Amino acid sequence: MNVQQPNSYRTGPDENGRFGIYGGRFVAETLMPLILDLEKAYADAKADPAYYAEMNGHLTHYVGRPSPLYFAERLTEHFGGAKIYLKREELNHTGSHKVNNVLGQILLARRMGKPRVIAETGAGQHGVATATLCARFGLKCVVYMGAVDVARQAPNVFRMKMLGAEVVPVQSGAKTLKDAMNEALRDWVTNVHDTFYCIGTVAGPHPYPGMVRDFQSIIGRETREQMQEAEGRLPDSLIACVGGGSNAMGLFHPFLDDPSVEIYGVEAAGHGLDKLHAASINGGRPGVLHGNRTYLLMDGDGQIEEGHSISAGLDYPGIGPEHSWLADTGRAKYLTATDDEALEAFGLLSRLEGIIPALESAHALAKVADLAPTKPKDHLMVVNLSGRGDKDVPQVAEIMGTKL
Amino acid sequence: MTTRIDSRFAALKAEGRSALVTFVMAGDPGYETSLAILKALPDAGADVIELGMPFSDPMADGPPIQAAGLRALKGGQTLRKTLDLVAAFRQGDRDTPIVLMGYYNPIYIYGVDRFLKDALDAGVDGLIVVDLPPEEDAELCLPALRAGLNFIRLATPTTDDRRLPTVLGNTSGFVYYVSVTGITGVATPDFDAVATAVARIKRHTELPVAVGFGVKTTEHARAVAEGADGVVVGSALVEAVRTTLDADGRATEKTVSTVTELVSSLAAGVRAARAIAAE
Repeated sequence: MNVQQPNSYRTGPDENGRFGIYGGRFVAETLMPLILDLEKAYADAKADPAYYAEMNGHLTHYVGRPSPLYFAERLTEHFGGAKIYLKREELNHTGSHKVNNVLGQILLARRMGKPRVIAETGAGQHGVATATLCARFGLKCVVYMGAVDVARQAPNVFRMKMLGAEVVPVQSGAKTLKDAMNEALRDWVTNVHDTFYCIGTVAGPHPYPGMVRDFQSIIGRETREQMQEAEGRLPDSLIACVGGGSNAMGLFHPFLDDPSVEIYGVEAAGHGLDKLHAASINGGRPGVLHGNRTYLLMDGDGQIEEGHSISAGLDYPGIGPEHSWLADTGRAKYLTATDDEALEAFGLLSRLEGIIPALESAHALAKVADLAPTKPKDHLMVVNLSGRGDKDVPQVAEIMGTKL
Repeated sequence: MTTRIDSRFAALKAEGRSALVTFVMAGDPGYETSLAILKALPDAGADVIELGMPFSDPMADGPPIQAAGLRALKGGQTLRKTLDLVAAFRQGDRDTPIVLMGYYNPIYIYGVDRFLKDALDAGVDGLIVVDLPPEEDAELCLPALRAGLNFIRLATPTTDDRRLPTVLGNTSGFVYYVSVTGITGVATPDFDAVATAVARIKRHTELPVAVGFGVKTTEHARAVAEGADGVVVGSALVEAVRTTLDADGRATEKTVSTVTELVSSLAAGVRAARAIAAE
């Protein structure tokens, strides 16, 4: 798709919540006043230094930021090309990048006086992060999770319950992330007065996509500083997995206006793009779902189709609207990795670097295998290691035929 | 421009009673049964027909309407077939207004201009698209109004006096007041609060106000009709369809009659209301 190149890629969304034609506020009237309130509350918070002072304190002492930018020496040797750095988001408290966004939203919920927080979750990482911060701040927490995901991410379900959250298995549709989001929206419509909806990715109605990106952009800002310190210059390429796309957008956004930096998102190709997959940009087209216009998987009648990925966190038939816009403008390239490629990368990083990555992050690593060998040795490549793989160990063991 | 919806509400106002607005899902559980239900609704007492356009992800609907949509999709229903259903109904009924109700994505994928043309050709009178608030009017609302269709908007308990003018701005035909915060077909409304809310909306508009979400029985219909220009019943009707299906989800000989019997008793409730008010 040919789209006009903007002067800056970092000014969106516009006042209507759009990134080009993507984004917007496609919600039922019951929710409209709530998202307008949220937009205002976030604008007020952004202007309040006390809000950021509190957030930064918790990011340092509770989350454990900054996360390291780690030179993966053996992985670099293995591929024999680009110099590979891993942004270690898996070392955050709760084990993934999700906590960055949840902290921002929970502090906002407190400012807005909302005692009850709801969230949707796929792999359970966002659910765990939400349950964690609700425990920390004494808020009631209800997490919607597809019944299929409840089964394949049992360790995270137990963690959420330990943290005092109520986990509601969603039985509708394909019983995965899309259906969990439908059910969370139904809860929000019903409990408008006391409930804050903590969306876990850069999707949903405005202001969520821009707001979640802002909270996640700390990943890219730190990377900029850390790379400057380590190598005295900007990185040459960035790679991150994309489901809804929050870890990717967090890494990418601070670099969008640096044309020398190549940007790669990696979608889940599941069994392959001609079979069951979850690659909205590579295998879908623009439509409207869950409050925003964006690339979606659907049939010819506009009925949404189920995504498939080995990774529950990428198993969503849509993608954040800003990614759709970046894809159309060509500023970012969107590649795909299959289940098998991700599994191979999962094993490779474990053996070479002693780091077990989340299956989501393994999709990004799978494309490092393609890209790194084609680059010169002075090419600086940053991979977002968005989560740790402990939660995936039972599932991978089962695939490998090992009974735990 | 006067539409069938305007004429119908004006005629009922002259008669001194509220409208019974019935929602059924297009293609539930199959095209032929759905057409038979549609054709039987006016004689059973329906004044306005809302026809659901099935969607895979009905975010604002409760379990009964979610299930009805899935039954229709499983039966092969598409947006094109929904328009065909309206065209087939129109061959025998030139007067009963039909409002299509659903979500935006199937329309967006069909193509807005093509959809508006085909909907007018089929005999559709108005649209309710749940996930298109006034903030997105340029998408479908304004083109629909220009094409001569009514665009009916939902007002809810969260729509305060400050927001009402925005919601009512490009609304035509009637206003659909959603009587509870929540999804369709779950809670029962507080009827006193409904009357107060209708009065509040009427301070902002000349349009008729119909009330729905949670109206299930003859008694509910009567109670709502006391204070509103229309009573919308949906989940109870699609549940009536469901209870008559056989083990394989197919319609039985009881399907159409069970729906029409419920519509008749709801119509009696609506008609009883103003009779009481007039005493």
